[in-house]
Amino acid sequence: MVHAEGVEKRFGHLHVLQGINLCVARGEVACLLGPSGSGKSTFLRCINHLEKISAGRLTVDGELVGYEQRRGKLYELSDRKICAKRAEIGMVFQRFNLFPHMTALDNVMIGPRTVLRRDRAVTEAKALALLDRVGLADKASSYPSQLSGGQQQRVAIARALCMDPKLLLFDEPTSALDPELVGEVLSVMQSLAEDGMTMVVVTHEIGFAREVANTAYFMDGGVIVESGDPKVVLTQPTHPRLRDFLSKVL
Amino acid sequence: MTTPSSEERSRDAAGSTESAASRAVHLEAVPLRHYGRWISAAVLAVLVAMFVHTLVSHIDRNGVHNDQRFQWSTVGRYLFDPSVIHGALVTIELTAAAMAIGVVFGIVLATMRLSTNRQLRYVSWVYLWFFRGTPVYVQLIFWSNLAWLYPTLSLGVPFGPSLFQISTNQYVTNLFLVAIVGLSLNEAAYMAEIVRAGILAVDGGQLEAAQALGMRRVQSLRRIVLPQAMRVIVPPTGNETISMLKTTSLVGAALGGGGELYRSIQNIYNLNYLVPPLLITGCCWYLAMTSVLSVGQFYIERYYGRGVGTSAPPTLLETLRKSFGRSPHVTASSLGKP
Repeated sequence: MVHAEGVEKRFGHLHVLQGINLCVARGEVACLLGPSGSGKSTFLRCINHLEKISAGRLTVDGELVGYEQRRGKLYELSDRKICAKRAEIGMVFQRFNLFPHMTALDNVMIGPRTVLRRDRAVTEAKALALLDRVGLADKASSYPSQLSGGQQQRVAIARALCMDPKLLLFDEPTSALDPELVGEVLSVMQSLAEDGMTMVVVTHEIGFAREVANTAYFMDGGVIVESGDPKVVLTQPTHPRLRDFLSKVL
Repeated sequence: MTTPSSEERSRDAAGSTESAASRAVHLEAVPLRHYGRWISAAVLAVLVAMFVHTLVSHIDRNGVHNDQRFQWSTVGRYLFDPSVIHGALVTIELTAAAMAIGVVFGIVLATMRLSTNRQLRYVSWVYLWFFRGTPVYVQLIFWSNLAWLYPTLSLGVPFGPSLFQISTNQYVTNLFLVAIVGLSLNEAAYMAEIVRAGILAVDGGQLEAAQALGMRRVQSLRRIVLPQAMRVIVPPTGNETISMLKTTSLVGAALGGGGELYRSIQNIYNLNYLVPPLLITGCCWYLAMTSVLSVGQFYIERYYGRGVGTSAPPTLLETLRKSFGRSPHVTASSLGKP
C-alpha cells in the first residue's frame, strides 16, 4: 500500500530525510518510532503530500503521491489531482485539529459532503454509525470545546474514517492526551487494525507498537536504523541507538 | 481580626461552650470602603445637573428675550422632516452598498495577499498602498473628475480598435454611483487588512486538517478558515461600518450633492441659520443608526462565537444585565457553605 524508495526531504540546508525505504502491505500496521527530530512526522506528512519530497519515489496504492513520472522526471500534479489523492488517505493529528465551529457530527460529515459530494442523509447515517463505533454516539451535537482530549481524538478518527480511506496516517495521536485518556484512543486504533485497516502510526507508545504493529521502524537522524517484527525489535534491539532509546522510554 | 464585641466578650466570660470554629463561619468580610468615590460622585452629580440645566434654560439672543438655548422644538420639528428622512435613507443605502462591496472586495484582496502567486500578492499590495495612503475625501473628488482624465471608457484590443465604448461623463454625473465607487474601493483596502488578520489568526492545523481530507484551497478557505476568522473579523468590521456611516457625511461636501443625511441637514440650516439645533437633529439620526448597528454586531459576534467556550453564549439581555448589575460580593459565610 505504501512504498518508499530513497525518499529525501530537505528544508533549506536541513537534510531531514536522508533516504527512507519502507514498504507497508495492505492491511498492515506500521509503527514509526524514534526521538524527536528524527524525521518520522515529516515522513508521515510526505505520504499525503502535506510536505513535498525532495527526491525519491513514494507511492500509495501503486500511484505516485503528488507527482507524475514523465520522461525520467517527476512533475508535480495540479492541486485538483493532489486533493483527489489525499481524499483516499486519512490523517489523524497530534493536536486533533477538529474544526471548532462545527459539532462533532458536522466534523465527521464535512469531508464526504464537500469533497466527495455525498448525499446528506446517507452521510449523516454513516457519520452517526462511526461516532457510535468510537463510543461517542451521545456526543454528536457537542462542539469540540465541550469534549475531552480523548473524545476529540476519537471524533478525529471518525472524521478520517468517514472518507473510506485506503490508508490511515496517525501523527503521534496520543502525545497531547492526559495519561488517563490514552487508552481509549489506542483501543479504537487497535480495533481498526483488527478490522484490517492499513495504518502508518508515528508514536511513542512502545506497548502499542509491540501489541498491534506488524512492523516497527526505528528512525534516527533522517534514516531508518532498525526495522522488523516489533516483538523482536523492541525486546531484543541490535542497534545501539535503539537500545539507548528504549532504555530511556521504557 | 476585629476586636470582639462587648456581647461576645460577655458570652465568652459567661463560659460559652461554642467553639471558635463555628463562630468563624458567621464572620462577615467587609469590602474596602472607597470614601473618595462618594466625593467624586457628588462632583459628577453637580456637573451633570449644570449641564442638564443648560439643556432646558433660556438665554437672551439677538435681543430676543427668553429664547430656549437648544431650541428643542426646532430639533423636533425637523427630526421627521421628509428631506431629513430621505437623507437618512440615502446614508443607509450608501453605507450598506459601500460596505457590501468593500467586504467582498476586501476578502478577495486579502486572499490575493496570502496567495502563493507572487503577482497576485504584489497587485494587492500596490492597491492597498494607494487606497490606504490617500484621503477618502480626495479619492471621492478624484472619481467625480474621472472624465477629465478619461473622457471615454472602452473595451477592445489593447492599443487597437475598441469594440465597445461609453462616455465617462454619463456616469460621473450620477453622484450616488460615484459615492459608492469611491467609498467602497477605499473601504476594500481597509477590509483586506482586517480579513487578512482574521485568516492569519486561525491555527495552521485547521488548514492542514482540511487539506488532509482532500479539500481544495477555496473549499477549505470558505468552509473551514473564514468561518473561524470571522470571530476576529467581525468586531473591527463593525467599527468600519459605523465609521462608514459617518464617512458618508463627506460625500455631500466632496461631490456637492448626493443627498445624504448631513447634506440634507446642511441644506436646511443654510436657509434658516438654525445651525446647532439642526446638527442635533442630524446627530440623533446618526446615533440611532449606529445604535442599531451595534446591536446587529452583537448578534453576528454571538453567531460566530459558537463552539467557543463550553456553554452557550449569553443573549443581549444577559450581557446588559451583567454589565449594569451589581458585582457579586463574596462573603466569608457564603464561602463556608457548600
